[in-house]
Amino acid sequence: MRDFYGTTLQGPLMLGTAQYPSPEILARAFRASGAGVATVSLRRESGAGNDFWALIRELGVPVLPNTAGCYTAREAITTAHMAREVFDTDWIKLEVIGHADTLQPDPFGLLDAARELCAEGFKVFPYTTEDLVLGEKLVEAGCRVLMPWGAPIGSGLGLNNPFGLRTMRAHFPDIPLVVDAGIGLPSHAAAALELGYDAVLLNTAVARAGDPVAMAEAFGLAVRAGALAHAADPMEPRDMAAPSTPLIGKAWL
Amino acid sequence: MRIEVNGESRDVRSTTLSEALEELGFAGMKCATAVNAQFVPVPARAERTLKDGDRVEVLTPMQGG
Repeated sequence: MRDFYGTTLQGPLMLGTAQYPSPEILARAFRASGAGVATVSLRRESGAGNDFWALIRELGVPVLPNTAGCYTAREAITTAHMAREVFDTDWIKLEVIGHADTLQPDPFGLLDAARELCAEGFKVFPYTTEDLVLGEKLVEAGCRVLMPWGAPIGSGLGLNNPFGLRTMRAHFPDIPLVVDAGIGLPSHAAAALELGYDAVLLNTAVARAGDPVAMAEAFGLAVRAGALAHAADPMEPRDMAAPSTPLIGKAWL
Repeated sequence: MRIEVNGESRDVRSTTLSEALEELGFAGMKCATAVNAQFVPVPARAERTLKDGDRVEVLTPMQGG
């Protein structure tokens, strides 16, 4: 498995920590999934103190703070600075949102923020689209991971543009790639790994399942299956049938 | 002095950010701070003076995707 800024994850799944029915279910889901990263955020102190942080530390996996909800590069950069201090990590999942309905990235703000944060030594995980030109500019800016969306955040629609994701994989053979957002089912996650993606990042599909712990386990199995399948060099699809049972030796009946 | 803390109007006697955090009950909490949208790192809080109308943000680790 590929490193993410020099860190090898224990599994190719990055799991969000939001929307679970309870903190206990969150912790059980994490353990069932084998996730290698926990994504977190910074929000206004609401009286809960640091209980959530204590829970996350017990998960024993690297923490990836996000800049969710930021609509400008300036907001995202300030949030990244605050996250670096609180979470004591230079990893940042950089989200600069450009559209309220689709929550798709603002490519221009994203690039501005990535340039500044990379120059300051942050290890940037940019939430991007499958656009190759934007991907190239993010890599030029210093990003050593790209995280194209599968579908709009929280939609569960899966991999909306398999062609674009496949093209991206082929274009950036040496950059770790993560499908971030839009994954609804374990089969979507498996498909991303089968395409050669290095991990998937998801939250809602597990947290909002009827049984989040079981769904977390299903996702853990799916990413493992997808990674194994990719490494096993899948057959090329073809349009016409090709018999798998040998014709030689068939009886004349 | 009246300042805004996480969007709510608060009266404080403190004149620096670090004192205000203590006065408002944030002492010892793992949090990041900003004043008027500018990040103020922990070592700079004692030096950061506050004035009437300042907007203070106190952020803590939360759930995220």
